[in-house]
Amino acid sequence: MSYATAKLEEEKVFKDPVHRYIHVRDQVIWDLIGTREFQRLRRIKQLGTTYLVFHGAEHSRFNHSLGVYEIVRRMVDDVFKGRPEWDESERLVVLCAALLHDLGHGPFSHAFEHVFDLDHEEFTRHIIMGDTEVNQVLSRVAANFPLKVSNVIAKTYENKQVVSMISSQIDADRMDYLQRDAYYTGVSYGHFDMERILRVMRPREDQVVIKSSGMHAVEDYIMSRYQMYWQVYFHPVSRSAEVILTKILHRAKALSETGYKFLHEPTHFQAFFDKNIELEDYLALDESILLTYFQLWMREADPILSDLSRRFVNRKLFNYVEIDPAKDYQKLRELENLFRKAGIDPQYYLVLDSSSDLPYDFYRPGEEEERLPIHLLMPNDEIRELSRSSDIVDSISGKRRTDHKLYFPEDILLENGKKKTLRKQILEILKG
Amino acid sequence: MLEEHAKVVQFVSLAGQVTGRKKLQKMVYIAKKMRFPFQEKYQFHIYGPYSEELTLRVEELCNMGFLTEEKEDKGSYVQYRYAVTAEGTSFSTMLGKQHDKLPEVINMMNDRSARFLELVSTLLYFDELTKEEQIEKVHVVKGKLNFTEDELTDAFEFIAQLATVSIQ
Repeated sequence: MSYATAKLEEEKVFKDPVHRYIHVRDQVIWDLIGTREFQRLRRIKQLGTTYLVFHGAEHSRFNHSLGVYEIVRRMVDDVFKGRPEWDESERLVVLCAALLHDLGHGPFSHAFEHVFDLDHEEFTRHIIMGDTEVNQVLSRVAANFPLKVSNVIAKTYENKQVVSMISSQIDADRMDYLQRDAYYTGVSYGHFDMERILRVMRPREDQVVIKSSGMHAVEDYIMSRYQMYWQVYFHPVSRSAEVILTKILHRAKALSETGYKFLHEPTHFQAFFDKNIELEDYLALDESILLTYFQLWMREADPILSDLSRRFVNRKLFNYVEIDPAKDYQKLRELENLFRKAGIDPQYYLVLDSSSDLPYDFYRPGEEEERLPIHLLMPNDEIRELSRSSDIVDSISGKRRTDHKLYFPEDILLENGKKKTLRKQILEILKG
Repeated sequence: MLEEHAKVVQFVSLAGQVTGRKKLQKMVYIAKKMRFPFQEKYQFHIYGPYSEELTLRVEELCNMGFLTEEKEDKGSYVQYRYAVTAEGTSFSTMLGKQHDKLPEVINMMNDRSARFLELVSTLLYFDELTKEEQIEKVHVVKGKLNFTEDELTDAFEFIAQLATVSIQ
């Protein structure tokens, strides 16, 4: 038996609150889970700053990655196996891609990537292709196997059906995170009948389609996704924490560029400040390291860095008002000037943050709409785009919802002392 | 605040007008690959590198009245044409002067078709590979578009020309 087909003597199971059990029989999967790069995902939270609003949301990318693997395992072993449109030789590559799809996420992913201009997908690729334990495991399957796994995750793999299982408008990634995030946040949205969806999935050329009898389960899934985005992922208080976290990193970076002497040398960040990042620098960082630095930076002499760090650690977040940049553009300019006059740096204390989501989109030929639609398999074998059959989905198809909020520290504006009148004036403008 | 929005307005302003969402997406991506400082994140999608952030930004700029989006019915599909309004021109002045070489790069790209820019941006997406591997990759991920050898040669020449005016 080759390494690619080697099975564990006894099946291993992980207890999981979402899928009950996660089953591992393949030696390759078991070995990948044991690598240091995969274990690092235990120290990266799945929902970043959301735990500051929904205190249960402490789950990690490790849990989620196992969950995506389990969903794909069930697709290939329980539903697709033996069907002529499924190529069984793709089984291991899709299982590995499912397990490793989030491998390159950094601490507090989006804020961190934004400040240091990084791309987690690029790091996923580097970890899979570089001098790592993950690469050693994958290379034992075949010399070109790491590249195949990397291509599936990067969506550049030849077999689009395999890509779509992990990345499409109804994929294993979304099906896991919606249910998992709902469970850990404790919200009642995010639930849908995944068992039903799995049972009605069918492999077809370049895609996975849904038997039309499963349409209502898919409608439920799309509505769950819509609710989760606006109730959990875009929660304004969680966004406030992310705004502050972003500004802490911006400030530390700006101070480093001016030669500021930190009380504690930020050695873990030096490569990021210098834009000279090796894979080891990236792997050495996790959320526990960032939180340690935030604790240390609370005692820094720089008033902005210490204030922002204190706010994050003690959850003294910014307040916010709704704003329409299209109408309020001049007001934003005026506010920036007033903040400067009041001695409050608007670069760190007046932040416009936008959230936007497109719950479902269909394909418009010839133009740049990049989402592959969900297709239903009709009883006569015809393939039909979902919104043509579902009134519910049709009503939200292609409709993007965006909202903008302006974040600011109300406590500073309410302080007594210097320029109190000016601060009061700012607050009046903000509150309209 | 809104500096990244202003960069997009300035970009369209330098182009005069851009026809097609796909074309605008690819032009910004190529400019970014030539090290012009655009922050939009790109991922590989159906038509090659695509940025959801850019789509959103353009939509916001249209809502803000800084860009106009004209729809043109092409029978089987709709094409969009972008231009800058007077308010948009004023808004983009907040950035100051653009990089010296940016207008030339934009003009070079705007003279080309969306299909050609799709090929160029896909090749650039795989620029860590050898030339032969890049070509093979284009045939794998863009098989249905049947790019010819002449188109590929033209695309590589175009990338070489761009490199001479890119930010080093």
